[in-house]
Order: sequence, then structure tokens, then C-alpha cells
Amino acid sequence: MRAWRVEVFSREGLPDPKGRAAAAALRSVGLQWQGEVSARRGFLLGDNLTRQQVERFAREVLADPVTEGFEVYAPDHPAKAPPRRVAVQPRPGVTDPVARSLQRTLRDCGLPAAATGTYSVFVLPPNVDAAAAERAASKCLANPVVQSVLIDATPTELPGTGGTADLRVLEVKLRSLADAALTTLSKDGGLALNLSEMRAVQAHYNGLGREPTRIELETIAQTWSEHCKHKTLTGKIRFEGRVIDNLLEQTIARVTHTLARDFCLSVFKDNAGVIAFDDEDAVCIKVETHNHPSAIEPYGGAGTGVGGVIRDVLGTGLAARPICNTDVFCFAPPDMAAADVPKGCLHPLQVLRGVVAGVRDYGNPMGIPTVNGAVHFDADFVGNPLVYVGNVGILPRDKIEKQPRPGDVIVAMGGRTGRDGIHGATFSSLELHTDSETVSSGAVQIGDPITERKVMDATLRARDEGLFSAITDCGAGGFSSAVGEMAADLGAVVHLERAPLKYAGLAPWEIWVSEAQERMVLSVPPNKLERLLALCEEEDVEATALGEFNDSGQLVLQYDGTVHGELDLHFLHEGLPIVERTARWSPPVLHDPEVQEPSDLAYVLLTLLADPNIASKEWIIRQYDHEVQATSAGKPLCGVRADGPADAAVLAPKLGSRRGIVLGCGLNPRYSKIDPAAMAECALDEAMRNVVAAGGDPETTAVLDNYCWGNTSKEEQLGGLVRASEAIAELALTFHTPFISGKDSLNNEFRDGDRTIAIPGCILVTALSVIADVARSLTSDLKEAGNLLVLVGKTKRELGGSTYWKNLGHLGASVPRVDGAQAKRTLDGVARAIQAKAVRSAHDLSEGGLAVAAAEMAIGGRLGFEIDLAHVLTDRALRPDETMFSESQSRFLLEVEPGRLEDLRVNLHEVSWAVVGRVSAAAVGTPATLLFRDGPRELTRVALDKAVHAFKHTLDLDGTLTEAKR
Amino acid sequence: MTAPAVLVLRAPGINCERETLDAFARVGGKPEFMHVKRLLAEPQCLERFQIFVVPGGFAYGDDIAAGRVLATELRTRIGAQLLAFVERGGLALGICNGFQALVRLGLLPRMGGALRQEVTLTYNMSNHYECRWVTLKSSKSRCVFVPEGWTMRCPAAHGEGLLLTRDARERAVLGEEGYVVFRYVDEHGAPTEAYPQNPNGSPDAIAGLTDVTGRVLGLMPHPDRAYLAHHMPNWRRDGLAKDGDGLALFASMVKAAS
Repeated sequence: MRAWRVEVFSREGLPDPKGRAAAAALRSVGLQWQGEVSARRGFLLGDNLTRQQVERFAREVLADPVTEGFEVYAPDHPAKAPPRRVAVQPRPGVTDPVARSLQRTLRDCGLPAAATGTYSVFVLPPNVDAAAAERAASKCLANPVVQSVLIDATPTELPGTGGTADLRVLEVKLRSLADAALTTLSKDGGLALNLSEMRAVQAHYNGLGREPTRIELETIAQTWSEHCKHKTLTGKIRFEGRVIDNLLEQTIARVTHTLARDFCLSVFKDNAGVIAFDDEDAVCIKVETHNHPSAIEPYGGAGTGVGGVIRDVLGTGLAARPICNTDVFCFAPPDMAAADVPKGCLHPLQVLRGVVAGVRDYGNPMGIPTVNGAVHFDADFVGNPLVYVGNVGILPRDKIEKQPRPGDVIVAMGGRTGRDGIHGATFSSLELHTDSETVSSGAVQIGDPITERKVMDATLRARDEGLFSAITDCGAGGFSSAVGEMAADLGAVVHLERAPLKYAGLAPWEIWVSEAQERMVLSVPPNKLERLLALCEEEDVEATALGEFNDSGQLVLQYDGTVHGELDLHFLHEGLPIVERTARWSPPVLHDPEVQEPSDLAYVLLTLLADPNIASKEWIIRQYDHEVQATSAGKPLCGVRADGPADAAVLAPKLGSRRGIVLGCGLNPRYSKIDPAAMAECALDEAMRNVVAAGGDPETTAVLDNYCWGNTSKEEQLGGLVRASEAIAELALTFHTPFISGKDSLNNEFRDGDRTIAIPGCILVTALSVIADVARSLTSDLKEAGNLLVLVGKTKRELGGSTYWKNLGHLGASVPRVDGAQAKRTLDGVARAIQAKAVRSAHDLSEGGLAVAAAEMAIGGRLGFEIDLAHVLTDRALRPDETMFSESQSRFLLEVEPGRLEDLRVNLHEVSWAVVGRVSAAAVGTPATLLFRDGPRELTRVALDKAVHAFKHTLDLDGTLTEAKR
Repeated sequence: MTAPAVLVLRAPGINCERETLDAFARVGGKPEFMHVKRLLAEPQCLERFQIFVVPGGFAYGDDIAAGRVLATELRTRIGAQLLAFVERGGLALGICNGFQALVRLGLLPRMGGALRQEVTLTYNMSNHYECRWVTLKSSKSRCVFVPEGWTMRCPAAHGEGLLLTRDARERAVLGEEGYVVFRYVDEHGAPTEAYPQNPNGSPDAIAGLTDVTGRVLGLMPHPDRAYLAHHMPNWRRDGLAKDGDGLALFASMVKAAS
């Protein structure tokens, strides 16, 4: 449809921030030119409007009267534009919330309803090469997956309204297929089912004496996907002469069942794990991954990941109110040479920028603070970046249980259904390869946080009015998973033609499996339906009755009265054949390197502080709203200049109460290259240390496990996973710490011709502790000169996998291990000492060891220190560099007032600890200094401001955060 | 003295309504939520309120421009009633996105008296959204509930807080005629245009404005995230105070409306 065009631009002489940002992005991908880039915002308005109406709308609404001008082009104005103009337009079907808001605003202005659309324009100097501009723009100004790029032209047409749907009942002939043909069918259809699963489907339909329909086969594929069923972790594994029937059950779940902690209220059965908060309320937490979509389209992938995990929490029990986000990423190093990035992969810096922007632009508008996170860099993440997204919610304790009842109405609420995100669940269960970008474009989409916010507001009101008996989110698999799961013990009839669509033309099976975002499914008693629909109307949320639950045991899918599918729910949920795999573990042949004692320890320390794995993440943190909801009691950045790293976030989620939660995490992918068991133990120990250092209580802490692994159909990969699972379970038992939720993302391998890049298998551990009073919580910044520095825990020669050795080009073999009993005593003792107020500040020792931890505390407090390595308790004689940079676990550095040392002593039972130094201040003529000595011998001294600069400049990607260089 | 009724506006994308409501309740106000849909349908209900608040957030996703869709809706549908509310002595507050909306609606600063956008809030000089604590100091202004000389620390969390006027003359009027209520200050308490103490680069360090009547206040930073003692960033160094800095603003508004 032809349309009026309005282009809005910054007035002459005023800043053009979008143009400036576009110029920086184009230069970052190598486009070279002289001059400036200016940006324009483009609007398309239906040609039923008059010029006068369009001009009035542009003047009153589209252009800012102070800073912007505009131009109006008639619908018959040619599309061709003078060089060099790059236009970016959303592809048909991609969510465009602005276009929708335009329609509302037209109405408010008393103008006729009209079709609307948007685009962006970037004007470059005419002499820039057209092809180069198009290439560069496709890399950094647009994502071709969801947007199209036009050179020297302007979009003139509004996106079409879709086509005509194919409403035939499609039968898939598989009853007579041989094995090879079954495999082909699964592959070509993007079903991601293996041969034994295809055979099970075949046998089922042979039993029924008919062929499956397409919608049935799609439903089975979605329900049986690795993403939804965790086939590998719950399957049968042969390992070292043993048969493990169900790895998840025998490791992670066993811990929880054995410990039977009474604060666990609902674990492993709902969308999120639920634990007690106080007498009235519970908190729930879920962490997901959104790796594959983020690899292809970092912005949309990360954003919809955040949106998805928020819906998980909203769909927990009878709906929880989300109170904070946690986000953890693994990328290849941001300075990776372009030549080292395989074809089909985005440059890690582009992934990093896109993912951070995606989290920001979903989390901030949702009004949910993003309070905790971590970023780890390793070249092996180049093909498979990891994006962990987590959310915590709060819900009344009497709203934890839910049960749909026969006769309840199935209500879909929120966003409309489109062709976006089809096959997301099966896509995430496949390996990525060089063509994934083009093949899987349908699996990615752009989210609309305001729609989700409205859904959240309406859901929570409906919960408080008791309007539904069950709720779940539409995630992977869309309606097929949501309705299929809710109906599992019942039966259901669904009328697919009732689902509100973004545009016409969707086949019934597409409606059923679409992963369009921002949708929830509710089970509503018939007598509550009217009130629910009225409430949704008040909240500006679309809600539709799709069908009914019944007790037939069958899932019947209809379109306009025609049955398109009829599935036996027992077969759908229980018919999946058990996966049987063999696992093997042979330790890699590794040795510790001969490392010369460095002559300049200051240089080593500064290099470590600047290492991207250690360096300040302030550039990321400040883009997230970490204060909204007014629950923040411990910020992600702390200290006098608010730039010291916090160990964990502290929140008081109920306004006016000081009861709180402490949220932290642990992740060590590099250790996995030596031994996945060490990686797993250290992740749990680190998560617990972080929570305890910020004032958490190990006795009230619950943890989540999120596995990300390579291709576990390879025996070695699976062997590593088994080792990791068994190690983490043993340690959690010792810690008395239950797992309450978890998730796995397998097949994180990238295929580039003959070469396969597997990620280092890793487990992210997220820890959440409920505390009685946030006023007893702590930060890591040094508080006062003269205080003592106490090192808790024993330092060993554990440098394998360390950042120190990584920077020298070594991996090594002596990876840190955790002594469970000792670690437990340490965590408990430090927590007791903090509760007794014997500690002024605390920090956990992780990457970079003692020296880095101490430096970070000094940066936060803008104070210096003097540490004597001779006082450090070690298991044998260590060299100074080993003592400073060993990454031995279960260690804390505490700041203690000299008069409180006795209080510390009485709380640390059977734990190694020693006073190793003292906090110092700057004096006249002497700036604050980080000083290390070995007995009487001074080893090195680093000026505090140099440490601050090293720590802050590496990831200061816009160059705005670093203090003056010296 | 009766507790003033406070209308805390809800709308798609407004997301600071709970804490704003809690802050008003804590200082003796009688706040209640009202969805914009209902307010548009029944604008006469404004008459039973003494304070009108647009909380922070991303109203309608900040589509077209920050606060634009909400502002257009309020201006075209109930502009006259809002103006009458202020003219008959009602107080109004817009925080962050609420400030952006009140500016686009034309309720702030209303130097010319009509409901028309006179100034703008646009992209930060840093060119990105940013969440960080800032220190504000109140100037001598028309504002009837903010005295001169207050110091208030609270978080700023916005991408579009740079306050621009059509020209330097209008900016001078803002300052000289008492429209500027809050300014970003540096560690010595002096107004600053320098990043990061001034997070958006606003000329003349402007962080908050009042209107011609002195009864409407808009500011970019969030007192609604700094009203409890444990909200403050460095209480572990300085000691836990009785309240957060922001509470005084809510208290003063409630007092002025009582």
C-alpha cells in the first residue's frame, strides 16, 4: 500500500546523536569516509490522509518543536533518493510497536485511522561507495534477519498484510518410511528428532492406523525437543562401567531431596524454583539461556531472552511479581582479530554490544532492575556466545500451587501471534553452522517490552482477584507447549481460528507453534471469564478465549470446526523413548608450565586488572536500570566513586521492610578445559562466596544450575558433563545447599567446514540467600585507613586455568579444587563474623587471586594497603607471584577494625586465617599505594590511580568512564 | 489538616508507580493509582485530588519520542482539565519519564501560559542511557514546595535528560525567572555541566523545572528511589540515616497540599 512519508531530522547546529552513533558504528566495521553522518526518523502514513493532516501530525507529534525539523513526501514521490542514503526498514511481520503507537496517536489527534509504518535513514556523503556502505550498514545499522537495507532509495510502501492461509489438513506420510527416509523427514522438516524418536512416532501412528497430520508432528517435535525435555540429562548414560539411569535425578535433584530443606516450597516442578521469604511471601527464581538466537541476532535474541525468563516467573505458581534480573554472558574476547572470526559468526564486540543493548532495551522498559551479572571472555565462545538471563519474583505463599480444572476456559493473553519464532525450540536443540544465519531467521524476533509490562500488570491484578486457576507462559513451542503442558493430566479442545493474529495468512500449525513473544496462557473458571476479559480491557491488554480444558486425555486442535489434529496426551508426554548414551572421560594430558618469576609484579597486577575477565563491567552495568522498584540496598557498583565491584546484589523487595535477598553467581569456564569437575565445584564455591561476602547466610541459600555444554552425543563431552554433575552434587550436599531450579543448553558447537569449535562445558551457579535485615549486609570497598586486612582460607599452588597463566599463554594442570568440609566451615564462619558486625568490608578471591581482590577493594574505597605475603597461610612454600595470583578457592579478604579481631576469632572456628596487612591512606605528597612485601623485602608498589585506570579502561567502550590517563 | 489525595498515574509502560505511591503514603499523603484509560474517560475525577503525579517509566514504550504518546493523549483529550487542576491550586509532579511527558504536554514550564511545548528533553550528550547517583541542589525558584538550598542525592536513570531551549535567551529566562528548581552539582556543591555529575550535559546544569504557577515540578532524577535510608549508596561508610534524601520532597509536597 502506498503511503505518505514524513522524515524527521535534527535542526541545523543541534546535536544529532543517532547520526553520531551510526558514524561510530560504521567506522567500527571498517567503513572509511570523510565527513559526517546524519540520521532521520522515517514514518509511513496511509494515503487516505490529506497533506494538511499529515503536516499537522508531523508538526504536533512526530517532530520535536525545539530540536527537530521535518519533510513530507507525497505517496507518488519517487522512491529513488540522492546518494548516499541508507534506509533501514523492519521486514514484513516483524513487530513494530512504534507503528502501533502511531495509530493510537492519530486517533488522539482526531485524525482518520490509517495504516502506519516506520523506517530509519542515514545520510552519508555522496562519494561513499554504495556497495561498501550497504555491506557496512548490513553489519552494524541493520540486522538483515529482521530488517531490510535500501541504498539510495526510500521505503514507499507499507508492509503487506500477509497472504492467504493454507487451511488444508496436511497429512504427513511416515507409516511406511524406512529409517533413512524418517531421518530425512526429521531433518528437512526442522523437527530435530532422532531416529529412535521418529520410530516411536511411526509405531504410535501405526497403532492408530492412520498417518499423523502436520500439526500433530510439529507438536510432538516441540514437546520432545531437548529444549523442553532435557533428554540427555534425564536419559540413560553408560559411564566408567556404571549405568546412570537419570543423571539429573541422581545428582542435582538428589541433593535437594536428600537435604529436604524446609524453606524449599516448590522445586523442579514449576517454571521457577520457589523458596520461603517470610510468613506471607515466597521468592522464586529462574535462569534460562538464549544462546542460539543471540548468536544470530544479539539484540533481538538477548531481549527476547529477558522477556522469556520474566514470563517464566510471571507464570510461576499463580503468578509472581518480577523483582530483579540477573544476566551473565560468555563471549570471545572483544579485541579478537577479524580474521580469527569464522564465517557465519558475528564479531564478539558486535555480539557484546548487541546483547547488552538487547537486555537494556527489554529490562529497563519492563521496570525490573538488572542487579547482578558476570561476563567471561574466551576465544572458544566465538561461534556460540552464551547469554544467561535470570529473573527473581515474589509471590504470596498461598498462590504457589496451581491446577487447571476440566471446564476451565483456555485464555490467551498479551501479544498477537505471527509467523515469528517458528521452530525456536527445535532450533535451539541443533548445532549452529555457517548457514544458520539464513536458515533459521524465522527463529529470531524482536520483543515488545511494553506489551509484556501490560500483560504483567493485568496478570497480577487478575491474580489478586483470583480470576484464574493456572497460568503458564508461552515460551519455546508457543501455544503447543503452554497448552500441551497445562492439559497434560486433562484434555483440551483448542479453536485456533480464535487466536488474534498480527497479519493474515498463518496456517493452523503455524499459529500453534509460533513463538511470538509476550503471550501468557491462563486457565479460567467459566464464571470468572467475563471479569477477566473486562480487567484486561481496562489494562489495554488483548485476551481471547481459545478453547476449554476437559478430562478426555486428548488434545484436539480445530480450525473453523475442522479437526486438524488429535493427540493422545499420554503419548505426547510419556511416549518419548529414553535416550541411551555412552560417556567417557580421559583427562587431558596437561602439565604446569615452567614460569619464570616476574621481575615486575606491578606490571603483572596491572595487566590482570585490565584483563577483560577481571576489568570493570561498569560500561554494561550503567546501561541497566538497577534502581527501579526502589528495592536496592546493595548496588552492583560500590564505594566512594561507585566503581568498586560488588560481590552480590542486595535487595529489600518489600517496600518498608528490611528483610532482603542477596543474589550472586559463580562461573569458571576456563577451569573446564582442565577438569569439568573442578569447574563445577569452583562455580558453586564462588557463588556461595559472593553471596556470603555481601552478607548472605549460607544456611538460607538456595542455588540454580545452568549447564551449557558442547555436543553431548560425543562421548568425551558427555563424560565431562557427568563428572561435573557428580562433583557439584557432592559439594552441594556438604554445603547443605539445595538446587531449586536449573536448565541445560547442549549442542553449543559451531561447525565451520571440517572444523568444530565447542564451548568449554560450564555450569553457571546462581545463588540466592534470604536475610533478615539488609542493614547487616556488606560491600567490598575498603572503609578506613588503619584497619587490618585478614585473609581467610589457605593459599595453594593452584594456578592451572588461572588468569595469571592465561596472560602468559599457558593453561597448566594444577586447577583449583574445593575441600568441601573446609569450605563449609569457611563460609559459615565468615557469615557469622559479618552478622556479628566484626567485619567492615569483605571480598571473595577469584580470578587474579589475592592481589586482584585486594586491589578491587582499594579501588572501591580509594584507599591503599600494605600486604605482607610472609603472613599468608600456604600449604607449602610459594613464590610471591604464586601467592599473589593463585586462584585457590574458599578464600575471603576481610577488612577488620583492630579492636574487633577477637570478635572475628570467636566466629571463625577451625578455619585458617591470618592478618596479612593493613589499610593505608594517601598522605600529603604520597598518593594512595598498593604495596606488597615479603617480610622486610618490598616486592612491589602500585599507585592507586594506575590501578583504577587499568581496571576501568578495558571495557569502557564509549570512552566516558575512565579517569584521566597517566 | 486533611491528608491530600494523590493521583498516581498508571499507563502502559509507566513503571515507577509502586514506589512513588509508597513514598507519598509514607509522608501522610493519600495516594491511589489511576489508569490513564479511566482518567481519560472520567476526567472530572481529577477534582477530588490535590496532587497529580506522572511517575517514571517508558510510557507507551517512548514510541515516537520519550513521553510523546502519553503527552499527546493527555493534551488532546484532557488538556483543559489538567490546566484547570493546576489553576485551581492543585500540585503536580513528573519524575523522569513523567517530566518528559509534562514537558511535551506543555504543562512545564508554561512560560507563555498556554499548554504548548516550550522546551525539550533530548538525548544525553554521552549518547546513551545511564543509571547513576547524582547530587542535586535546589535554587531560589517559583516552586511553592521546594525551598532554596536543599541538597538531595538520588539516582538518575535516563537516556534523554538533556534539557534544551529554543535559544539562549529562553534558557536565561528559565534561570532568571525562577523556573529552575534543581541543578546537578559537583562534589563542592557548585552547579556543573560536566559529566558524570551532570549525567546528560544539560546547559546551566538544569535537572528540574517548575511552571509559571510554581505548583508543578518535573525532574529527571528519581527521589522515588532514594526515600528509604538503605536506598542511599554509601550508608555502610556514612552510617544508616533515618530516611533517604528524597523523602523530604514528598513530605514537602504533601504539606503544601494539606
